[in-house]
Amino acid sequence: MTEIKLENVSNKYILKKVNLTIFSKELFMLLGPSGAGKTTLLKAIAGLVDYEGRIFFDGESIDNLPLEERMVGYVPQEFTLFPHMTVEDNIAYGLKARKLPSSTILNKVEQLLDVFGLRNLRKRYPKDLSGGEKQRVAIARALAIQPRVLLLDEPLSNLDPETSKYIREWLKSIIIRRFGITTIWVTHDIREVEELGDRVGILYNGVLEQVGRLREIISSPRTDNIVELLGLHNIFECGVIETDGPFAEIEFQGIRLLAPYDGGKIEKVLIHPQDIVISRETTKTVNTFSGVLEEVDEKIGYVRLKIRVGEAILVSELPLDVYGLLNLRLGEKVFINIRPRAVKLIS
Amino acid sequence: MLLLLSWEILARLNILPEYLFPSFTKTLFSGYILIRNGTLWVNVLASFIRVITGFLIGSITGIVLGVIMGYKDAVYRALHPIFSLLMPIPALGWLPLLILWIGINEALPILLVFICSFFPVLYNTVSGIRSVDKGYVEIARSLGASPRKAFFDVVIPLALNNIFTGLRLEAGMAWRTIVAAEMIAIPVGIGALMITSQYLIRVDIIMLCLVILALMTLTSEKLLMLIEDKIIKWR
Repeated sequence: MTEIKLENVSNKYILKKVNLTIFSKELFMLLGPSGAGKTTLLKAIAGLVDYEGRIFFDGESIDNLPLEERMVGYVPQEFTLFPHMTVEDNIAYGLKARKLPSSTILNKVEQLLDVFGLRNLRKRYPKDLSGGEKQRVAIARALAIQPRVLLLDEPLSNLDPETSKYIREWLKSIIIRRFGITTIWVTHDIREVEELGDRVGILYNGVLEQVGRLREIISSPRTDNIVELLGLHNIFECGVIETDGPFAEIEFQGIRLLAPYDGGKIEKVLIHPQDIVISRETTKTVNTFSGVLEEVDEKIGYVRLKIRVGEAILVSELPLDVYGLLNLRLGEKVFINIRPRAVKLIS
Repeated sequence: MLLLLSWEILARLNILPEYLFPSFTKTLFSGYILIRNGTLWVNVLASFIRVITGFLIGSITGIVLGVIMGYKDAVYRALHPIFSLLMPIPALGWLPLLILWIGINEALPILLVFICSFFPVLYNTVSGIRSVDKGYVEIARSLGASPRKAFFDVVIPLALNNIFTGLRLEAGMAWRTIVAAEMIAIPVGIGALMITSQYLIRVDIIMLCLVILALMTLTSEKLLMLIEDKIIKWR
Protein backbone atom coordinates (compact mmCIF):
# COMPACT_ATOMS: atom_id res chain seq x y z
CA MET A 1 0.00 0.00 0.00
CA THR A 2 1.09 3.51 -0.73
CA GLU A 3 2.27 6.45 1.31
CA ILE A 4 1.82 9.84 -0.37
CA LYS A 5 4.24 12.65 0.33
CA LEU A 6 3.92 16.20 -1.01
CA GLU A 7 6.91 18.53 -0.83
CA ASN A 8 6.36 22.23 -1.49
CA VAL A 9 3.64 21.53 -4.04
CA SER A 10 2.62 24.82 -5.65
CA ASN A 11 0.56 25.74 -8.64
CA LYS A 12 0.49 29.06 -10.45
CA TYR A 13 -3.25 29.47 -9.84
CA ILE A 14 -3.82 28.55 -6.20
CA LEU A 15 -1.60 26.07 -4.33
CA LYS A 16 1.14 27.53 -2.14
CA LYS A 17 3.94 25.22 -0.99
CA VAL A 18 1.80 22.40 0.33
CA ASN A 19 3.73 19.91 2.47
CA LEU A 20 1.88 16.82 3.55
CA THR A 21 2.37 13.14 4.27
CA ILE A 22 -0.53 10.74 4.00
CA PHE A 23 0.12 7.34 5.51
CA SER A 24 -0.42 4.03 3.84
CA LYS A 25 -4.09 2.88 3.97
CA GLU A 26 -5.12 6.16 5.60
CA LEU A 27 -8.42 7.87 4.84
CA PHE A 28 -7.24 11.46 4.85
CA MET A 29 -9.88 14.19 4.80
CA LEU A 30 -9.11 17.45 3.03
CA LEU A 31 -11.37 20.21 4.23
CA GLY A 32 -11.70 23.73 2.91
CA PRO A 33 -14.16 26.28 1.54
CA SER A 34 -14.96 26.60 -2.17
CA GLY A 35 -12.00 27.88 -4.15
CA ALA A 36 -9.47 26.80 -1.51
CA GLY A 37 -7.57 24.64 -3.99
CA LYS A 38 -8.79 21.22 -2.84
CA THR A 39 -9.64 19.97 -6.35
CA THR A 40 -6.42 21.44 -7.74
CA LEU A 41 -4.42 19.56 -5.12
CA LEU A 42 -6.11 16.29 -6.10
CA LYS A 43 -5.53 17.04 -9.77
CA ALA A 44 -1.86 17.74 -9.09
CA ILE A 45 -1.51 14.31 -7.46
CA ALA A 46 -3.37 12.72 -10.38
CA GLY A 47 -1.13 14.57 -12.85
CA LEU A 48 -4.00 16.51 -14.38
CA VAL A 49 -2.59 19.99 -13.70
CA ASP A 50 0.91 21.42 -13.80
CA TYR A 51 2.62 21.97 -10.46
CA GLU A 52 5.94 22.80 -8.91
CA GLY A 53 7.42 20.89 -6.01
CA ARG A 54 7.59 17.14 -5.64
CA ILE A 55 5.15 14.31 -5.10
CA PHE A 56 6.27 10.89 -3.88
CA PHE A 57 4.47 7.57 -3.72
CA ASP A 58 6.28 5.30 -1.26
CA GLY A 59 9.36 7.48 -1.45
CA GLU A 60 9.57 7.43 -5.26
CA SER A 61 8.98 10.62 -7.18
CA ILE A 62 6.02 10.48 -9.58
CA ASP A 63 6.57 13.96 -10.99
CA ASN A 64 7.81 12.73 -14.35
CA LEU A 65 5.29 9.92 -14.70
CA PRO A 66 2.62 10.52 -17.35
CA LEU A 67 -0.79 10.49 -15.77
CA GLU A 68 -1.79 7.13 -17.23
CA GLU A 69 1.16 5.57 -15.38
CA ARG A 70 0.53 7.14 -11.97
CA MET A 71 -2.08 4.50 -11.08
CA VAL A 72 -4.32 7.03 -9.41
CA GLY A 73 -8.06 6.47 -9.08
CA TYR A 74 -9.63 9.89 -9.42
CA VAL A 75 -13.35 10.45 -8.85
CA PRO A 76 -14.36 14.01 -9.71
CA GLN A 77 -17.18 15.81 -7.95
CA GLU A 78 -19.60 15.44 -10.86
CA PHE A 79 -18.61 11.76 -11.32
CA THR A 80 -17.98 12.30 -15.09
CA LEU A 81 -19.24 8.91 -16.18
CA PHE A 82 -18.83 8.39 -19.91
CA PRO A 83 -22.40 9.01 -21.12
CA HIS A 84 -22.02 6.79 -24.19
CA MET A 85 -20.94 3.74 -22.21
CA THR A 86 -23.05 1.41 -20.10
CA VAL A 87 -22.31 0.86 -16.42
CA GLU A 88 -20.16 -2.20 -17.13
CA ASP A 89 -18.32 -0.48 -19.98
CA ASN A 90 -17.56 2.47 -17.73
CA ILE A 91 -16.13 0.16 -15.08
CA ALA A 92 -14.17 -1.84 -17.66
CA TYR A 93 -12.75 1.21 -19.46
CA GLY A 94 -9.52 1.54 -17.48
CA LEU A 95 -8.84 -2.19 -17.75
CA LYS A 96 -9.39 -2.15 -21.52
CA ALA A 97 -7.21 0.95 -21.87
CA ARG A 98 -4.46 -0.96 -20.10
CA LYS A 99 -4.97 -3.85 -22.53
CA LEU A 100 -5.55 -6.51 -19.88
CA PRO A 101 -6.74 -9.94 -21.04
CA SER A 102 -10.50 -10.06 -21.57
CA SER A 103 -10.94 -12.83 -18.96
CA THR A 104 -9.26 -10.61 -16.33
CA ILE A 105 -11.44 -7.68 -17.35
CA LEU A 106 -14.58 -9.79 -17.10
CA ASN A 107 -13.68 -11.15 -13.66
CA LYS A 108 -12.78 -7.75 -12.28
CA VAL A 109 -15.95 -6.12 -13.62
CA GLU A 110 -18.14 -8.91 -12.23
CA GLN A 111 -16.46 -8.56 -8.84
CA LEU A 112 -16.98 -4.77 -8.76
CA LEU A 113 -20.58 -5.05 -9.94
CA ASP A 114 -21.21 -7.30 -6.94
CA VAL A 115 -19.31 -5.22 -4.39
CA PHE A 116 -21.06 -2.02 -5.43
CA GLY A 117 -24.50 -3.59 -5.92
CA LEU A 118 -24.61 -2.68 -9.59
CA ARG A 119 -25.33 -6.06 -11.15
CA ASN A 120 -28.89 -5.16 -12.13
CA LEU A 121 -27.78 -1.86 -13.63
CA ARG A 122 -24.90 -3.20 -15.74
CA LYS A 123 -26.53 -2.49 -19.11
CA ARG A 124 -27.86 0.94 -18.18
CA TYR A 125 -26.46 4.22 -19.47
CA PRO A 126 -25.53 6.96 -16.96
CA LYS A 127 -28.57 9.04 -17.91
CA ASP A 128 -30.77 6.31 -16.43
CA LEU A 129 -28.96 6.23 -13.05
CA SER A 130 -29.71 8.10 -9.84
CA GLY A 131 -27.06 10.28 -8.18
CA GLY A 132 -26.15 7.52 -5.71
CA GLU A 133 -25.87 4.92 -8.47
CA LYS A 134 -23.66 7.21 -10.56
CA GLN A 135 -21.42 7.72 -7.56
CA ARG A 136 -21.01 3.97 -7.04
CA VAL A 137 -20.18 3.44 -10.71
CA ALA A 138 -17.60 6.24 -10.63
CA ILE A 139 -15.88 4.78 -7.57
CA ALA A 140 -16.04 1.23 -8.97
CA ARG A 141 -14.48 2.50 -12.22
CA ALA A 142 -11.68 4.20 -10.29
CA LEU A 143 -11.03 1.08 -8.19
CA ALA A 144 -11.08 -1.26 -11.20
CA ILE A 145 -7.53 -0.34 -12.19
CA GLN A 146 -6.31 -1.24 -8.68
CA PRO A 147 -4.95 2.24 -8.08
CA ARG A 148 -2.17 2.97 -5.64
CA VAL A 149 -4.17 5.89 -4.25
CA LEU A 150 -7.79 6.94 -4.47
CA LEU A 151 -8.75 10.60 -4.80
CA LEU A 152 -12.38 11.43 -4.06
CA ASP A 153 -13.50 14.98 -4.81
CA GLU A 154 -16.56 15.71 -2.64
CA PRO A 155 -18.05 12.29 -3.41
CA LEU A 156 -21.22 12.95 -1.44
CA SER A 157 -21.97 16.50 -2.52
CA ASN A 158 -24.33 15.52 -5.34
CA LEU A 159 -26.40 13.23 -3.15
CA ASP A 160 -29.39 14.12 -1.02
CA PRO A 161 -28.63 14.29 2.75
CA GLU A 162 -30.37 10.97 3.56
CA THR A 163 -28.48 8.97 0.89
CA SER A 164 -25.26 10.75 1.73
CA LYS A 165 -25.52 9.84 5.43
CA TYR A 166 -26.21 6.19 4.61
CA ILE A 167 -23.42 5.95 2.05
CA ARG A 168 -20.64 7.56 4.14
CA GLU A 169 -19.91 4.63 6.42
CA TRP A 170 -20.49 2.04 3.73
CA LEU A 171 -18.05 3.78 1.43
CA LYS A 172 -15.42 4.01 4.14
CA SER A 173 -15.70 0.30 4.86
CA ILE A 174 -15.41 -0.56 1.15
CA ILE A 175 -12.42 1.69 0.52
CA ILE A 176 -10.42 1.05 3.64
CA ARG A 177 -11.43 -2.40 4.89
CA ARG A 178 -12.06 -4.17 1.62
CA PHE A 179 -9.60 -2.50 -0.75
CA GLY A 180 -7.17 -0.97 1.77
CA ILE A 181 -6.31 1.95 -0.48
CA THR A 182 -4.70 5.18 0.70
CA THR A 183 -7.44 7.73 0.09
CA ILE A 184 -7.78 11.49 0.03
CA TRP A 185 -11.40 12.53 0.50
CA VAL A 186 -12.12 16.17 -0.26
CA THR A 187 -15.05 17.79 1.50
CA HIS A 188 -16.37 21.09 2.73
CA ASP A 189 -18.67 19.38 5.22
CA ILE A 190 -17.27 19.06 8.75
CA ARG A 191 -19.80 16.28 9.54
CA GLU A 192 -18.08 14.04 7.00
CA VAL A 193 -14.77 14.71 8.71
CA GLU A 194 -16.24 14.01 12.15
CA GLU A 195 -17.64 10.67 11.05
CA LEU A 196 -14.99 9.36 8.69
CA GLY A 197 -11.53 10.74 8.89
CA ASP A 198 -8.39 9.55 10.58
CA ARG A 199 -6.74 12.91 10.08
CA VAL A 200 -7.83 16.08 8.35
CA GLY A 201 -5.95 18.81 6.52
CA ILE A 202 -7.45 22.28 6.37
CA LEU A 203 -6.75 24.03 3.09
CA TYR A 204 -7.49 27.72 2.86
CA ASN A 205 -6.66 29.86 -0.15
CA GLY A 206 -4.09 27.33 -1.37
CA VAL A 207 -2.32 27.08 1.98
CA LEU A 208 -2.47 23.96 4.11
CA GLU A 209 -3.10 25.71 7.42
CA GLN A 210 -3.28 22.77 9.80
CA VAL A 211 -3.12 18.99 9.73
CA GLY A 212 -4.15 16.68 12.53
CA ARG A 213 -7.02 14.89 14.17
CA LEU A 214 -10.21 16.91 14.15
CA ARG A 215 -10.37 16.99 17.96
CA GLU A 216 -6.86 18.44 18.09
CA ILE A 217 -7.69 21.09 15.54
CA ILE A 218 -10.92 22.05 17.28
CA SER A 219 -9.07 22.30 20.62
CA SER A 220 -6.37 24.53 19.26
CA PRO A 221 -7.12 26.01 15.84
CA ARG A 222 -3.97 27.57 14.43
CA THR A 223 -5.54 30.38 12.38
CA ASP A 224 -8.65 32.58 12.28
CA ASN A 225 -9.52 30.97 8.94
CA ILE A 226 -9.88 27.62 10.67
CA VAL A 227 -12.01 29.13 13.42
CA GLU A 228 -14.22 30.61 10.72
CA LEU A 229 -14.36 27.48 8.60
CA LEU A 230 -15.12 25.09 11.44
CA GLY A 231 -17.42 27.50 13.22
CA LEU A 232 -15.26 27.47 16.36
CA HIS A 233 -16.43 30.86 17.69
CA ASN A 234 -17.98 29.36 20.79
CA ILE A 235 -15.23 27.24 22.32
CA PHE A 236 -14.65 27.57 26.05
CA GLU A 237 -12.73 25.80 28.78
CA CYS A 238 -15.24 24.28 31.13
CA GLY A 239 -15.66 22.46 34.40
CA VAL A 240 -17.96 19.55 35.23
CA ILE A 241 -20.68 20.09 37.84
CA GLU A 242 -21.97 16.53 37.71
CA THR A 243 -22.44 13.61 35.33
CA ASP A 244 -25.65 11.63 35.17
CA GLY A 245 -25.66 8.65 32.79
CA PRO A 246 -25.45 9.88 29.18
CA PHE A 247 -25.54 13.55 30.25
CA ALA A 248 -23.21 15.91 32.04
CA GLU A 249 -23.83 19.33 33.56
CA ILE A 250 -20.95 21.63 32.81
CA GLU A 251 -20.13 25.23 33.59
CA PHE A 252 -18.13 27.89 31.79
CA GLN A 253 -17.94 31.62 32.47
CA GLY A 254 -21.04 31.55 34.66
CA ILE A 255 -23.17 29.52 32.22
CA ARG A 256 -24.43 26.05 33.14
CA LEU A 257 -25.28 23.66 30.30
CA LEU A 258 -26.61 20.15 29.96
CA ALA A 259 -24.64 18.15 27.37
CA PRO A 260 -24.42 14.58 26.10
CA TYR A 261 -21.58 12.72 27.78
CA ASP A 262 -19.90 9.47 26.76
CA GLY A 263 -17.31 9.20 29.51
CA GLY A 264 -13.77 10.53 29.62
CA LYS A 265 -12.19 13.76 30.70
CA ILE A 266 -13.94 17.00 29.73
CA GLU A 267 -11.79 20.06 29.07
CA LYS A 268 -13.61 22.24 26.61
CA VAL A 269 -17.06 22.82 25.26
CA LEU A 270 -17.94 23.73 21.66
CA ILE A 271 -21.22 25.14 20.39
CA HIS A 272 -21.63 25.85 16.67
CA PRO A 273 -23.07 29.34 16.04
CA GLN A 274 -25.92 27.86 13.95
CA ASP A 275 -27.02 25.81 16.96
CA ILE A 276 -27.74 28.83 19.14
CA VAL A 277 -31.43 29.68 18.81
CA ILE A 278 -32.47 33.28 19.54
CA SER A 279 -35.96 34.37 20.65
CA ARG A 280 -37.63 37.34 22.28
CA GLU A 281 -39.55 35.18 24.76
CA THR A 282 -38.20 32.55 27.13
CA THR A 283 -39.18 28.94 26.36
CA LYS A 284 -38.39 27.63 29.86
CA THR A 285 -36.63 24.57 28.45
CA VAL A 286 -33.18 23.35 29.49
CA ASN A 287 -30.15 25.33 28.32
CA THR A 288 -32.13 28.57 27.98
CA PHE A 289 -30.55 31.84 29.16
CA SER A 290 -31.14 35.51 28.84
CA GLY A 291 -28.51 37.77 27.36
CA VAL A 292 -27.92 41.14 25.74
CA LEU A 293 -27.39 41.67 22.02
CA GLU A 294 -24.03 43.42 21.72
CA GLU A 295 -23.09 43.24 18.06
CA VAL A 296 -24.71 42.54 14.67
CA ASP A 297 -22.58 41.71 11.64
CA GLU A 298 -24.35 41.13 8.31
CA LYS A 299 -22.68 38.49 6.13
CA ILE A 300 -23.72 37.11 2.76
CA GLY A 301 -26.94 35.17 3.37
CA TYR A 302 -26.75 35.24 7.17
CA VAL A 303 -26.24 37.51 10.20
CA ARG A 304 -23.69 36.95 12.93
CA LEU A 305 -24.78 38.13 16.37
CA LYS A 306 -22.70 38.51 19.53
CA ILE A 307 -24.70 38.05 22.73
CA ARG A 308 -23.38 38.59 26.20
CA VAL A 309 -24.54 35.93 28.66
CA GLY A 310 -23.01 36.46 32.07
CA GLU A 311 -19.30 36.86 31.47
CA ALA A 312 -19.34 35.00 28.17
CA ILE A 313 -19.85 36.30 24.66
CA LEU A 314 -21.70 33.75 22.55
CA VAL A 315 -21.74 33.95 18.77
CA SER A 316 -24.92 32.99 16.95
CA GLU A 317 -25.59 32.87 13.23
CA LEU A 318 -29.09 33.34 11.85
CA PRO A 319 -30.39 33.20 8.29
CA LEU A 320 -31.22 36.70 7.02
CA ASP A 321 -34.98 36.05 6.87
CA VAL A 322 -35.11 34.77 10.47
CA TYR A 323 -33.13 37.78 11.66
CA GLY A 324 -35.56 40.06 9.81
CA LEU A 325 -38.55 38.43 11.51
CA LEU A 326 -37.02 38.80 14.98
CA ASN A 327 -36.55 42.55 14.47
CA LEU A 328 -33.80 42.83 17.11
CA ARG A 329 -32.06 46.00 18.31
CA LEU A 330 -28.62 46.44 19.83
CA GLY A 331 -28.64 46.41 23.64
CA GLU A 332 -31.93 44.53 23.69
CA LYS A 333 -32.55 41.59 26.04
CA VAL A 334 -32.90 38.29 24.17
CA PHE A 335 -33.25 34.63 25.12
CA ILE A 336 -30.99 31.96 23.75
CA ASN A 337 -31.56 28.23 23.70
CA ILE A 338 -29.05 25.50 22.95
CA ARG A 339 -30.27 21.93 22.41
CA PRO A 340 -28.26 19.60 24.67
CA ARG A 341 -27.33 17.52 21.58
CA ALA A 342 -25.75 20.61 20.03
CA VAL A 343 -23.30 20.98 22.94
CA LYS A 344 -20.07 19.18 22.10
CA LEU A 345 -17.68 18.26 24.88
CA ILE A 346 -14.00 18.03 23.97
CA SER A 347 -11.47 16.07 25.93
CA MET B 1 -53.95 12.89 -46.94
CA LEU B 2 -56.02 16.03 -46.34
CA LEU B 3 -53.61 17.99 -48.50
CA LEU B 4 -53.96 15.55 -51.41
CA LEU B 5 -57.74 15.56 -51.07
CA SER B 6 -57.84 19.38 -51.06
CA TRP B 7 -55.55 19.43 -54.12
CA GLU B 8 -57.89 17.03 -55.97
CA ILE B 9 -61.05 19.00 -55.05
CA LEU B 10 -59.53 22.39 -55.88
CA ALA B 11 -58.36 21.17 -59.29
CA ARG B 12 -61.76 19.70 -60.09
CA LEU B 13 -63.45 23.01 -59.26
CA ASN B 14 -61.71 24.31 -62.43
CA ILE B 15 -60.87 27.70 -60.94
CA LEU B 16 -57.70 27.54 -63.04
CA PRO B 17 -57.53 25.69 -66.39
CA GLU B 18 -56.39 22.07 -66.07
CA TYR B 19 -53.10 22.67 -67.92
CA LEU B 20 -52.13 25.22 -65.23
CA PHE B 21 -53.43 23.35 -62.17
CA PRO B 22 -53.87 19.65 -62.87
CA SER B 23 -55.52 17.36 -60.32
CA PHE B 24 -53.61 14.95 -58.10
CA THR B 25 -54.91 11.93 -60.02
CA LYS B 26 -53.84 13.47 -63.34
CA THR B 27 -50.38 14.16 -61.87
CA LEU B 28 -50.21 10.59 -60.61
CA PHE B 29 -51.18 9.27 -64.01
CA SER B 30 -48.48 11.40 -65.70
CA GLY B 31 -46.04 9.89 -63.20
CA TYR B 32 -47.15 6.41 -64.23
CA ILE B 33 -46.57 7.25 -67.93
CA LEU B 34 -43.12 8.71 -67.16
CA ILE B 35 -42.15 5.65 -65.12
CA ARG B 36 -43.28 3.32 -67.92
CA ASN B 37 -41.28 5.13 -70.61
CA GLY B 38 -38.27 5.43 -68.29
CA THR B 39 -38.02 9.25 -68.29
CA LEU B 40 -38.69 9.67 -64.57
CA TRP B 41 -36.29 6.90 -63.56
CA VAL B 42 -33.41 8.33 -65.63
CA ASN B 43 -33.82 11.84 -64.21
CA VAL B 44 -34.41 10.86 -60.56
CA LEU B 45 -31.48 8.44 -60.64
CA ALA B 46 -29.17 11.09 -62.14
CA SER B 47 -30.07 13.55 -59.37
CA PHE B 48 -29.83 10.85 -56.71
CA ILE B 49 -26.32 9.77 -57.74
CA ARG B 50 -25.13 13.39 -57.78
CA VAL B 51 -26.60 14.11 -54.36
CA ILE B 52 -25.19 10.93 -52.81
CA THR B 53 -21.73 11.40 -54.35
CA GLY B 54 -21.45 15.10 -53.50
CA PHE B 55 -22.94 14.64 -50.04
CA LEU B 56 -20.70 11.72 -49.14
CA ILE B 57 -17.50 13.42 -50.32
CA GLY B 58 -18.52 16.73 -48.69
CA SER B 59 -19.54 15.11 -45.41
CA ILE B 60 -16.51 12.85 -45.10
CA THR B 61 -14.12 15.72 -45.92
CA GLY B 62 -16.05 17.99 -43.52
CA ILE B 63 -15.95 15.44 -40.69
CA VAL B 64 -12.24 14.56 -41.14
CA LEU B 65 -11.15 18.19 -41.40
CA GLY B 66 -13.57 19.19 -38.63
CA VAL B 67 -12.10 16.56 -36.30
CA ILE B 68 -8.56 17.82 -37.03
CA MET B 69 -9.58 21.47 -36.62
CA GLY B 70 -11.47 20.70 -33.41
CA TYR B 71 -8.55 18.79 -31.94
CA LYS B 72 -5.57 20.84 -33.10
CA ASP B 73 -5.78 24.49 -32.20
CA ALA B 74 -3.02 25.44 -34.64
CA VAL B 75 -4.95 23.94 -37.58
CA TYR B 76 -8.11 25.69 -36.43
CA ARG B 77 -6.33 29.03 -36.21
CA ALA B 78 -4.82 28.55 -39.67
CA LEU B 79 -7.97 27.43 -41.50
CA HIS B 80 -10.81 29.13 -39.69
CA PRO B 81 -10.22 32.61 -41.17
CA ILE B 82 -10.31 31.18 -44.72
CA PHE B 83 -13.34 28.95 -44.17
CA SER B 84 -15.30 31.59 -42.29
CA LEU B 85 -14.88 33.84 -45.33
CA LEU B 86 -15.98 31.16 -47.81
CA MET B 87 -18.82 29.65 -45.78
CA PRO B 88 -21.40 32.45 -46.18
CA ILE B 89 -21.25 32.22 -50.01
CA PRO B 90 -24.32 30.24 -51.15
CA ALA B 91 -23.37 27.05 -53.01
CA LEU B 92 -25.09 28.29 -56.19
CA GLY B 93 -23.01 31.46 -56.04
CA TRP B 94 -20.08 29.32 -57.19
CA LEU B 95 -21.94 28.15 -60.30
CA PRO B 96 -20.71 30.73 -62.87
CA LEU B 97 -17.14 30.32 -61.72
CA LEU B 98 -17.33 26.52 -61.73
CA ILE B 99 -18.86 26.49 -65.24
CA LEU B 100 -15.86 28.47 -66.46
CA TRP B 101 -13.34 26.39 -64.52
CA ILE B 102 -14.58 22.85 -65.09
CA GLY B 103 -17.27 23.25 -67.77
CA ILE B 104 -20.76 21.75 -67.84
CA ASN B 105 -20.30 18.11 -67.03
CA GLU B 106 -21.16 15.59 -64.32
CA ALA B 107 -18.54 17.02 -61.93
CA LEU B 108 -20.32 20.38 -61.78
CA PRO B 109 -23.46 19.41 -59.78
CA ILE B 110 -21.44 17.04 -57.61
CA LEU B 111 -19.05 19.85 -56.74
CA LEU B 112 -21.97 22.14 -55.88
CA VAL B 113 -23.44 19.54 -53.52
CA PHE B 114 -19.96 19.04 -52.08
CA ILE B 115 -19.68 22.77 -51.33
CA CYS B 116 -23.14 22.92 -49.80
CA SER B 117 -22.46 19.90 -47.54
CA PHE B 118 -18.86 20.55 -46.61
CA PHE B 119 -19.02 23.78 -44.61
CA PRO B 120 -21.95 23.06 -42.29
CA VAL B 121 -20.71 19.53 -41.56
CA LEU B 122 -17.20 20.93 -40.96
CA TYR B 123 -18.34 23.54 -38.46
CA ASN B 124 -20.80 21.26 -36.68
CA THR B 125 -17.97 18.75 -36.28
CA VAL B 126 -15.55 21.41 -35.02
CA SER B 127 -18.07 22.68 -32.47
CA GLY B 128 -18.92 19.09 -31.46
CA ILE B 129 -15.29 18.22 -30.81
CA ARG B 130 -14.57 21.47 -29.00
CA SER B 131 -17.65 21.28 -26.81
CA VAL B 132 -16.75 17.90 -25.28
CA ASP B 133 -16.06 18.44 -21.58
CA LYS B 134 -12.31 18.10 -20.93
CA GLY B 135 -13.19 16.28 -17.71
CA TYR B 136 -14.05 13.16 -19.75
CA VAL B 137 -10.62 13.18 -21.37
CA GLU B 138 -8.93 13.70 -17.99
CA ILE B 139 -10.77 10.72 -16.54
CA ALA B 140 -9.98 8.52 -19.56
CA ARG B 141 -6.31 9.50 -19.28
CA SER B 142 -6.14 8.87 -15.55
CA LEU B 143 -7.69 5.45 -16.15
CA GLY B 144 -4.81 4.62 -18.45
CA ALA B 145 -5.83 5.76 -21.94
CA SER B 146 -3.24 7.40 -24.17
CA PRO B 147 -4.20 10.85 -25.54
CA ARG B 148 -5.01 9.22 -28.89
CA LYS B 149 -7.15 6.49 -27.33
CA ALA B 150 -8.99 9.01 -25.15
CA PHE B 151 -9.73 11.05 -28.28
CA PHE B 152 -11.16 8.15 -30.25
CA ASP B 153 -12.96 6.50 -27.31
CA VAL B 154 -14.42 9.59 -25.72
CA VAL B 155 -14.19 12.80 -27.74
CA ILE B 156 -15.40 11.51 -31.10
CA PRO B 157 -18.39 9.54 -29.76
CA LEU B 158 -19.49 12.53 -27.69
CA ALA B 159 -19.18 14.85 -30.70
CA LEU B 160 -21.48 12.64 -32.81
CA ASN B 161 -24.58 14.54 -31.71
CA ASN B 162 -23.34 17.73 -33.34
CA ILE B 163 -21.96 15.91 -36.37
CA PHE B 164 -25.34 14.32 -37.08
CA THR B 165 -27.10 17.66 -36.71
CA GLY B 166 -24.88 18.98 -39.51
CA LEU B 167 -25.51 15.93 -41.66
CA ARG B 168 -29.29 16.09 -41.23
CA LEU B 169 -29.45 19.77 -42.11
CA GLU B 170 -27.34 19.28 -45.19
CA ALA B 171 -29.11 16.18 -46.51
CA GLY B 172 -32.14 18.36 -47.33
CA MET B 173 -30.02 21.24 -48.54
CA ALA B 174 -28.19 18.96 -50.99
CA TRP B 175 -31.45 18.14 -52.79
CA ARG B 176 -32.45 21.79 -53.00
CA THR B 177 -29.04 22.70 -54.41
CA ILE B 178 -28.96 19.92 -57.00
CA VAL B 179 -32.39 20.85 -58.38
CA ALA B 180 -31.39 24.48 -58.71
CA ALA B 181 -28.12 23.54 -60.43
CA GLU B 182 -29.88 21.20 -62.85
CA MET B 183 -32.42 23.89 -63.71
CA ILE B 184 -29.65 26.27 -64.68
CA ALA B 185 -26.93 24.21 -66.28
CA ILE B 186 -27.47 20.46 -66.41
CA PRO B 187 -29.54 18.67 -69.06
CA VAL B 188 -30.55 15.58 -67.05
CA GLY B 189 -32.01 15.34 -63.54
CA ILE B 190 -35.15 16.36 -61.68
CA GLY B 191 -34.34 20.05 -62.04
CA ALA B 192 -33.74 19.65 -65.79
CA LEU B 193 -37.02 17.73 -66.15
CA MET B 194 -38.85 20.55 -64.39
CA ILE B 195 -37.37 23.19 -66.72
CA THR B 196 -38.19 21.12 -69.81
CA SER B 197 -41.73 20.67 -68.47
CA GLN B 198 -42.03 24.40 -68.03
CA TYR B 199 -41.16 24.97 -71.71
CA LEU B 200 -43.77 22.36 -72.67
CA ILE B 201 -46.31 23.81 -70.21
CA ARG B 202 -46.60 20.42 -68.47
CA VAL B 203 -47.54 21.60 -65.00
CA ASP B 204 -48.52 18.01 -64.06
CA ILE B 205 -44.87 16.89 -64.49
CA ILE B 206 -43.57 19.95 -62.60
CA MET B 207 -45.90 19.09 -59.71
CA LEU B 208 -44.84 15.45 -59.86
CA CYS B 209 -41.19 16.53 -59.63
CA LEU B 210 -42.00 18.75 -56.65
CA VAL B 211 -43.69 15.84 -54.87
CA ILE B 212 -40.69 13.58 -55.59
CA LEU B 213 -38.32 16.27 -54.37
CA ALA B 214 -40.26 16.68 -51.14
CA LEU B 215 -40.27 12.91 -50.62
CA MET B 216 -36.54 12.54 -51.34
CA THR B 217 -35.62 15.39 -48.96
CA LEU B 218 -37.83 14.04 -46.22
CA THR B 219 -36.57 10.47 -46.72
CA SER B 220 -32.92 11.58 -46.58
CA GLU B 221 -33.49 13.45 -43.33
CA LYS B 222 -35.49 10.59 -41.78
CA LEU B 223 -32.88 8.05 -42.85
CA LEU B 224 -30.15 10.05 -41.17
CA MET B 225 -32.27 10.39 -38.03
CA LEU B 226 -32.70 6.62 -38.02
CA ILE B 227 -28.94 6.06 -38.36
CA GLU B 228 -28.34 8.67 -35.65
CA ASP B 229 -30.74 6.92 -33.26
CA LYS B 230 -29.05 3.58 -33.96
CA ILE B 231 -25.57 4.95 -33.31
CA ILE B 232 -26.26 7.37 -30.45
CA LYS B 233 -28.11 4.95 -28.20
CA TRP B 234 -27.14 6.67 -24.97
CA ARG B 235 -29.09 9.90 -25.55
